Amino acid sequence: MQVTSAVSLRAVTKTFDNKEFILKGIDLEVPKGSLMAIIGFSGTGKSVVLKHILGLYKATSGLIEVLGTDINSLSPDELTRFRQKFGVLFQSAALFDDMTVLENVCFPLFEHRRELRPSQVLAIAEERLVQVGLDKKHYNKLPSQISGGMQKRTGLARALALDPEILIYDEPTTGLDPILTEMVDNLILETHKSRKGLTSIMVSHDLAAAFRIADHIAMLDAGKVLLSGTPEDFFNSDIELVKRFVSKGLRYK
Amino acid sequence: MIQTIARYLDLALAYLRDQIEKLIREVGATFLFMTSSVRLLFSKPSRYNEMIRHMEFVGNQSIGIISLTGLFTGLALSLQIYLGFKMFNAVNMVGPVVALGITRELGPVLTGLIVAARAGGAMAARLGTMRVNEQIDALDVMGVNTRQYLIAPRIAATVLCMPLLTAVFDFVSMLGSYVLCVKLVQIDEAVFWQKIRETVEVRHINEGLLKAAVFGLVFSVICTYRGFNTTGGAKGVGEATNEGVVRSMVMIIILDYFIGNLIRLFYLVTGMG
Repeated sequence: MQVTSAVSLRAVTKTFDNKEFILKGIDLEVPKGSLMAIIGFSGTGKSVVLKHILGLYKATSGLIEVLGTDINSLSPDELTRFRQKFGVLFQSAALFDDMTVLENVCFPLFEHRRELRPSQVLAIAEERLVQVGLDKKHYNKLPSQISGGMQKRTGLARALALDPEILIYDEPTTGLDPILTEMVDNLILETHKSRKGLTSIMVSHDLAAAFRIADHIAMLDAGKVLLSGTPEDFFNSDIELVKRFVSKGLRYK
Repeated sequence: MIQTIARYLDLALAYLRDQIEKLIREVGATFLFMTSSVRLLFSKPSRYNEMIRHMEFVGNQSIGIISLTGLFTGLALSLQIYLGFKMFNAVNMVGPVVALGITRELGPVLTGLIVAARAGGAMAARLGTMRVNEQIDALDVMGVNTRQYLIAPRIAATVLCMPLLTAVFDFVSMLGSYVLCVKLVQIDEAVFWQKIRETVEVRHINEGLLKAAVFGLVFSVICTYRGFNTTGGAKGVGEATNEGVVRSMVMIIILDYFIGNLIRLFYLVTGMG
């Protein structure tokens, strides 16, 4: 059977204390090859959804399929191996601060492509750094010695190192200035377009960016998906909250 | 009046019960953390390079401070015992008493306390920082087993280094004792060494080294556990480091007494003592 959804969440609920549900029945389909933005107010469960997709949290109930695999049914070892299909760019870039830029990008390759010679690993890492537009003079610097924008580029190069099938961006532009924000948005779009078959999922507060670069958008509210569809679906929606979001997004755009 | 006392008593008991429950849960979680991490030492991919890197930090970088502390412990202990034994005309026994005290008790305990403060604190702080900066999450989603990569090599390195550092402490302490006894207060050199040879056996030294390995296991598990489970940003890192070091030190002192007794019991049962 052909799997058309890269990620599929069906009736997913999550509670941490058996009292209050953070997710109250999430239904979400992320089509293969799409660039989906997950938007919503703070505290609506966007990052929790991401952590479920990555298998960092187990759902209290419901089904989560990633590339046709029920992620909750995997053993810890299987899950560890399965995660090689993901690349993640964290809000803080989460670079290893005791490694240089180049070592950061080499790390996943040394971990999971043990058949490669060190020279091959270096070649792949340098190729990824070139793809994200990082100048060679920064390769031997520590993360603390480069700017926030360069850290994001390095984080993206590291996320791309293993040729992931799904690339996840967790609030990639939060806290950045408008110029850096635009640079990161363009980088996400270019990366997505340049890699055939890549599915990208971006959690963002940046509505303008979501409407500009995403081809699918899901809006979360109070632990549920309020609306999921193309940007046009959002523009044509009659839901009051969606209308407010769209107008806000357009204003920034 | 009686009702008020009963109510306060109830509250106190409830508080005590909560604290005991919390303690049991914490001890259980730490124990599970230790067993699952140690088990991963022998799984693939091997982390020997990481282990050697941590051995350099825990062991090699601690030699200076261990030597300095050991030297002055030997000097101070010898001086006090000399002053006491002089009153009983037993200054020839200063060497053996210092040697037994150092090899069986002070060597492993002081080494444990110093290395727990230096390396254990650094482990908790490093792992805590990695947690709050999402570096551990990054490793997780990269498909790296974080306990195998971050925890197991640190524990193994500490367990291996602690007996070696204790041996260094013992040696330098005895050097300090020799300087004080033989060079400063003029105890006969031949008598000093002869009495030590007659009194101190290899098993006494082994007892100290065994204790050191256990202390290393305990403080590395406590500190890595606290660091690995840090929450709450920079404040959380500070708390994790503080709790990790304090708990480690208290556990070393408590365990020293119980391990010492267990070893005595072992000697008694096997007739070796």
